Amino acid sequence: MSSQTDMPTLQRCSAPKFLLWLSFWVLLLLWGAYGAFLCLYKGLNQTGMNNYFVFGVWITVDLAIIALGAGAFFSGFLFYVLRFNFLKELIGAAVVVGFICYSGAIGMLTIDIGQPLRGYFSFWHANVHSMLTEVIFCITLYLFVLTIEFVPLITENRRIREMPFLRHLGENLHGIMVVFALVGTFLSFFHQGSLGGMFGTLFARPFSYRTGVAIWPWTFFLFILSAIAAGPALTTLVVWATQKITRRRLVNRPTLSRLAKLSAILLVIYLVLKAADTIYWANFTAPEMGFRFTDFYKSPYGMWLLFGEFYLFGLVPAIILLIPRARDNDFWLVIGCLFTCMGIVLNRFSFTIQTLAVPVMPFEKFVVYSPTWQEWSIVAAVISYGVILFSLAYRYLHLFPREAELNG
Amino acid sequence: MSTESPQQSVRYGMVIDLDKCTGCGNCAVACHMENNVPFRTDESDKSRNMAWLRIYKVKNGAEYPHARVAYIPRPCMQCDRHTPCVSVCPASATNYDKSTGLVDQINTRCIGCRYCMAACPYMVRCFNWWDPAWPADAEKYLNPDVAPRMRGVVEKCTFCSHRYIQAKNRARQEGRNYLEKGDYIPACVEACPVEAMHFGDLNDPEYEVAHLIKSPRAFRLLERLHTEPKVYYLSSHEWVRRWADNDAVNTQSAYSQQRQGVES
Repeated sequence: MSSQTDMPTLQRCSAPKFLLWLSFWVLLLLWGAYGAFLCLYKGLNQTGMNNYFVFGVWITVDLAIIALGAGAFFSGFLFYVLRFNFLKELIGAAVVVGFICYSGAIGMLTIDIGQPLRGYFSFWHANVHSMLTEVIFCITLYLFVLTIEFVPLITENRRIREMPFLRHLGENLHGIMVVFALVGTFLSFFHQGSLGGMFGTLFARPFSYRTGVAIWPWTFFLFILSAIAAGPALTTLVVWATQKITRRRLVNRPTLSRLAKLSAILLVIYLVLKAADTIYWANFTAPEMGFRFTDFYKSPYGMWLLFGEFYLFGLVPAIILLIPRARDNDFWLVIGCLFTCMGIVLNRFSFTIQTLAVPVMPFEKFVVYSPTWQEWSIVAAVISYGVILFSLAYRYLHLFPREAELNG
Repeated sequence: MSTESPQQSVRYGMVIDLDKCTGCGNCAVACHMENNVPFRTDESDKSRNMAWLRIYKVKNGAEYPHARVAYIPRPCMQCDRHTPCVSVCPASATNYDKSTGLVDQINTRCIGCRYCMAACPYMVRCFNWWDPAWPADAEKYLNPDVAPRMRGVVEKCTFCSHRYIQAKNRARQEGRNYLEKGDYIPACVEACPVEAMHFGDLNDPEYEVAHLIKSPRAFRLLERLHTEPKVYYLSSHEWVRRWADNDAVNTQSAYSQQRQGVES
């Protein structure tokens, strides 16, 4: 996000090497494109979803990548509004990761709905009582904000800077970026929360229903907190992986440690509140609806999910990243951040899949869902799209302002 | 869009007497025919088939001579309080009519997000996983008053709301601005050979349903979720009533009761 006028020349790998790297991901992307074509042309009968599992792996991944993409808004908020200046080294990368996550999620959602051409109906015939309406509005608007935040990065490309209009556009946008950081924070706060609210308000689904404050169930706040804990963890992982793959120093090592520490502190706060929420739900909310805590956990969606979410992918990474010596060590830093991200994926999986697996009707049975290759191919395509876009951004844009200095 | 406990004058509801129901399936067939509900050549995958009215067969789990069976026809419950599917639909494609209490689906507005299906605890809603297709001869028998739904949208029982519109039109032609008893009856109720299904205005004492819902045999599915269904059931069997409410905590678990073969 630098506004320097003289951009340093950065060393990049040869074009054939870069194309070889891209070719693998392009193949995956094409596989996903074929899967998407089948789903759009033949319909959602190509998936493993059914009238029980109306949400599948796509919604799980959507929720997960939107949470993991929170690194963009949260880093922006910390850097532009709270003036956490150490984030300047990677704010550009955080914005690109956020853009990838949100655009990927919206692309996947488009395939997921049965009538993609009617997608605009949720704006045209918006139901203000629906949490999903809020989610759709906020993620769409936030993608616009992310695009605006992305533009100054693109206009820093040496070729593009030769065009005065684009150069000035980028510099002017950069000057008012604090406004977009605030707008992005506001929008993200609400859609992260509303994604939790989408499940927390399902008062006829005892597994996900939560009490709360006014119209907001506790999941509203827990989803926000978990997203801002996991978002920086993904940013840390992406920057670390980019350094390893490119064999270049992109940020100061302590910057990654500080970001990981921030993630761990937020994760601890989240885990405490999540534990309180779970205890109250298990002892009061669910029994009032005629369910015992143990009714919700049947094979294969057993108690291991809760254990994994709380301990292996919750408490363990939080402790690792809170220990200075551990987070200063690359191995433990990666394990800590990776586990934090996996914990969030597991949490979103539980709210999406397990909510639907638990029978509410007494005459129904516990059901199991398994995605088809078409569903996996589209998930792979979104990941490929992310890798390709980030690779292009790294190669052609100036994502890391201190790269030249650190590799001098 | 608000559906909070309306005090409207008309609240159409249904009462199904499980002591009378033989599980013949006539109601489900009539529903299919009346509403042009599509079917596939292979209907063995019940997790993806279309059924606006599904009949559940439940057993008390006891051995002979105590074994008991009940059939529970399950149309849309037409929930009255903060109707789960209505409040979640992002495109306002599910409608709660305050003047009748009917929960209807605007199929041409549905975007197919299926959030309503996740919200509904009664598994009432079906998604059109395939394009609807009927054998050539069967197309001649489609009901011209109900538009078939396309692939990618959600559909559900509407209490044959098109019949309500027809009844209103007929009444208007006859110079009435009200419906008389019997003017509007859903196809399933009309088709029941043992008169186990009753339909009418739950607020109007002229209708039998208004009295039946006060019967000590009356209960509703999953009452503790407080969705306030307008479909009531009648059963003289305690195990059926208890089972219908997932009464697993405050009383002995319905499932364990089934295993132990308790017949109340």
